[in-house]
Amino acid sequence: MSPFSLFDIAGPIMVGPSSSHTAGAAKIGQFARAIFDGKPDEVHFLLHGSFGDVYKGHATDKALLGGIMQFPPNEPKIKKSFDIADEIGLKYKFTKGDLGSGFHPNSVKIRLRNEKREMSVIASSIGGGNIEINRINGFDIRLTGNSTDNFFTIIIENKNLPGMLAKSTGFLGQKGIRIVNMQSSYFAGDNKVLSVLSLEKELALDEIMELESKEGIVFVRALKKISR
Amino acid sequence: MNSFIFRNSEELLKLCKEHDSPIWEIMLRYEMQISSKKREPIMSKLLERLDVIFNGINASIEKPEVSPSKMAGESTAFLVKHINEFDKYADSLLLNEAAIRAMLGAIATGENNARMGVILAFPTAGAAGVLPGVMYGAKYKFSLSKKELINMMLTASAIGVIIANTATLSGAAGGCQAEVGSASAMAAAALTEVRGASPETTLQAAALALKNMIGLACDPIGGLVEVPCIKRNGIAAVFSMSASDMAFMGIKSFVPFDEVVRAMREVGDMMSPRIKETALGGLATTPTGQKVAKRMGLLKIGENPCTK
Ligand code: SF4
Repeated sequence: MSPFSLFDIAGPIMVGPSSSHTAGAAKIGQFARAIFDGKPDEVHFLLHGSFGDVYKGHATDKALLGGIMQFPPNEPKIKKSFDIADEIGLKYKFTKGDLGSGFHPNSVKIRLRNEKREMSVIASSIGGGNIEINRINGFDIRLTGNSTDNFFTIIIENKNLPGMLAKSTGFLGQKGIRIVNMQSSYFAGDNKVLSVLSLEKELALDEIMELESKEGIVFVRALKKISR
Repeated sequence: MNSFIFRNSEELLKLCKEHDSPIWEIMLRYEMQISSKKREPIMSKLLERLDVIFNGINASIEKPEVSPSKMAGESTAFLVKHINEFDKYADSLLLNEAAIRAMLGAIATGENNARMGVILAFPTAGAAGVLPGVMYGAKYKFSLSKKELINMMLTASAIGVIIANTATLSGAAGGCQAEVGSASAMAAAALTEVRGASPETTLQAAALALKNMIGLACDPIGGLVEVPCIKRNGIAAVFSMSASDMAFMGIKSFVPFDEVVRAMREVGDMMSPRIKETALGGLATTPTGQKVAKRMGLLKIGENPCTK
């Protein structure tokens, strides 16, 4: 285990009241927004476990919605998330629900939608403001907040055809970008595959579009380094 | 190159001796080493955090506001009233002005947290008032500069690193002894070193403080970081001053700090999950606690959020 940093002890700077139920929730929202890539018109939150039980008291709802509007956990505007969302015309809804026993008690399923696309993300706040993304569009993956601190993460969804993964990794190789870590998940319902890749270097926007235009690739999303 | 990494107080003291340095200096070098950063960027991050601490206290003093649960937000004003006319109250109060200010700094921070103000989790959100409290009190008492206040943050963090390595800083994992208890040990050490005590004496203060927080339950009403948390921070700030003064006068903890930390972990392991942030025992399940939980539509009593 790497040693604790000074700023693990003296930190984070956050909007109260709770690191797991408020700060972590804002971070989850930020991630979901980054994965969605673009401004959603509608967002629905299904709050699981302790998130469902105590979300009002800890302002988990405001923090999640704030994160969707790209507010970091230390943004005082989180307190006014509902008003701000109403002003910009972002529709939101919170429901208490059960995602099943396999999920951490502080979990949420977020569905985002605009006229171009729809997407769902399940994520958990695992303590001390740290988070984990568990599922994207039905694909089981594991992405921690920290994995995006040090590396650049991209998410690729493609049709389940032969040689698809090689297409993506080959493309990155051509551009001289090293892959540090990679995971793939198959979802039978869609007959598609979703991959999460940690890269040493950032992919430029035109490179993302070039990769996305390849036969069989549904989308490519780059998660920019999300501020802590 | 020398390594400045320490895991326990024995290693920390050895480094202090080797480099003839106070704890805060070793902590700074430790961070420089693990982050591969120079002194300046680390100092500027600390300065930013120092501002968060004092801005948070001032926010509560200037704009007292009751929290959504109606359980918190009214204490800061009482303390401000007494500080503003301290001379008038001095004869009838037991504590001196520095101690009442420490109480104020801690409680103002907690109330600011409860009403969704910006705070520094130091070491956690629930225990975030103790250090601001003692810093607020000590700044007044010793006319401390920003640099000295940052040194207090560094000394405190060194103690935090040791506890995090050996035990835990989370109430859900170790009860409130791990949160407010740890914060008290950190605060007692900071208060001791900032007035020029040796690293040994500083660790005595930490040991005395933590030793007397062992067993403290985490039993917040409705699972909210308000009752008992906020006033507990206020009392813990003054408690840290007692531990610091005790050590400063030369009194030693019979059990050394590293052993106290291990004992704290052991007691945490023995604690029932009902008193580890689940709001299923202690103050949370008193008739008063249950009433609030019901009114707020919070935790269903008897349902453990951890096992669901
Ligand atoms: S009672 Fe629990 S929630 Fe409150 S400060 Fe202590 S550990 Fe934190």
